[in-house]
Amino acid sequence: MPTIKEQFWDPIAGFGVTFRTMFRHVVTEQYPFEKEPTAPRFHGRHQLNRWPDGLEKCIGCELCAWACPADAIYVEGASNTDDERFSPGERYGRVYQINYLRCILCGLCIEACPTRALTMTNEYELADNNREDLIYEKSDLLAPLLPSMEQPPHPMRLGEDESAYYKGAYAKPAATEEEAQ
Amino acid sequence: MRALAADAGLSAFGHDPVWIIIIKAVLIFVILVLLTLFNIWWERRVVARMQHRIGPNVHGPFGLLQSLADGVKLALKEDLIPKAADKVVFLLAPVLVAVPAFVTFSVIPFGPEVNFFGHRTPLQLTDMPVAVIFVMAIASIGIYGIVLGGWSSGSTYSLLGGLRSSAQMISYEVAMGLALVAVFLYAGSMSTSEIVAAQEKTWYGIILLPSFVIYVISMVGETNRAPFDLPEAEGELVGGFHTEYSSLKFALFFLAEYINMATVSALATTLFLGGWRAPFWIDTFWEGANHGYWPVLWFFGKVLAFIFFFIWLRGTLPRLRYDQFMAFGWKRLIPIALVWIIAVAGIRAASLHHDFNRTYLYAVIVVLAALVLVLGFLDDRAAKSAQRRDEAAAAEDEARPFDAFAGGYPVPPMPKLED
Repeated sequence: MPTIKEQFWDPIAGFGVTFRTMFRHVVTEQYPFEKEPTAPRFHGRHQLNRWPDGLEKCIGCELCAWACPADAIYVEGASNTDDERFSPGERYGRVYQINYLRCILCGLCIEACPTRALTMTNEYELADNNREDLIYEKSDLLAPLLPSMEQPPHPMRLGEDESAYYKGAYAKPAATEEEAQ
Repeated sequence: MRALAADAGLSAFGHDPVWIIIIKAVLIFVILVLLTLFNIWWERRVVARMQHRIGPNVHGPFGLLQSLADGVKLALKEDLIPKAADKVVFLLAPVLVAVPAFVTFSVIPFGPEVNFFGHRTPLQLTDMPVAVIFVMAIASIGIYGIVLGGWSSGSTYSLLGGLRSSAQMISYEVAMGLALVAVFLYAGSMSTSEIVAAQEKTWYGIILLPSFVIYVISMVGETNRAPFDLPEAEGELVGGFHTEYSSLKFALFFLAEYINMATVSALATTLFLGGWRAPFWIDTFWEGANHGYWPVLWFFGKVLAFIFFFIWLRGTLPRLRYDQFMAFGWKRLIPIALVWIIAVAGIRAASLHHDFNRTYLYAVIVVLAALVLVLGFLDDRAAKSAQRRDEAAAAEDEARPFDAFAGGYPVPPMPKLED
């Protein structure tokens, strides 16, 4: 049995709650005018990373595409040759597409990547007005060239063969591209 | 004697030249449309504040033009008429809702007699000996629009919404009418300007407080606003009677809802809060407060205070269930209103004919209020100590080790609620 206070006063007390809230702090962010930085590990647009000499880290293994629950990633691998080398080792990703109409930004592809080629940035403004532009090509996803880097194809600069890259047995520049992000 | 006074009071009306009548009518129309745009913006801002948000603040100063932009967008939308709809009635219904909403404002006094382009005329389109009854009658015509709109849409949701709406408005109009009777008894008139004149000393909202409360509750029910917005109940009826409406026809329903809100607020102001008279005894130290165009300010201040109350209700209370709502209207509001009217009539007759001393009445009211307060306090304390005892007993039970052979039989432990 509710008491008299509970029956008559408490319903009225609720009005005080809403009235007081009017003068409290608001949580709204003025988004398009003032952009708040995201959390550091926010899952934003993907990025295909490079080695410090500019060679691509992607080896075209398609593990990201297999891991993807939304089937948003399409990869075609191809073989490097001595004349035309895009990544250390045998293979590179010749075609790399992410369909952002499908992608749910879950990050399973990042967990699957064996060479840390695929990571996510904090960029979240991915809206567009047509379907074609929402399929990001390799050129849209590749990390920008830093001053010490050179546009592939070019021979391996950091060691004799790919094992030097994978073991990290090369003179590291001041900041690798992953840390620079 | 009363009748003579009423006739004298209405003598200011009916002498306006045609051009003044036209100006007044157009002014009322423009004011109502602008007030609606303002109210929509204000409602969104206030409700947002109550929910830790800001609300529309981009278009125009403080976002004031947001509702205008929304209105333009609404007007440019595709106008759909369902195949199953009864076309004539379907087109007629929004008009039938919107027109009465505007018409009711013709008898609302915005101010006293003023100098209007060189003419002395009251700030009121017209008045009549039965103006308040006229408002009730016109408001009821608006219900036809809702019922017919719901019926002619050819959709179950709309039909149910329209039926609910009509049932709701009719039930709450009874309580509303009963609340107004007390005002008529005290003012001795049903004309709005007379009722305002009769509130020169005290507002009826104070001396007829129960009537005022009943009116305020029923006016929320009457306008289909939260927490009584059952006809629109999005979760159950997908918008109710206007489910099938789009574009300008939907805009008319929307406009009518907000104007009805302003209408019942203006009526409440007129009948219970002294109409255009200055609030808080401002006129005692400032003679001019009740003259010229200043009363328009007081009037709209009071109306907007009511609108704020509407918004506050919406921000605070959840929607009632239909049977709760009907039970509240018929089993609580109407009987209370009836008893109160008999009390008012009795007190009124006693004070008119037998020199009834009011002090006893006030003393009884104060004693009753004190009794309720004290009882509530004692009740609350008793409940709290009982709760403490229960908690102590529960803690004791908790502390006792579990006995698997209680009563000689092997028993499983009692199911416990996880916390």
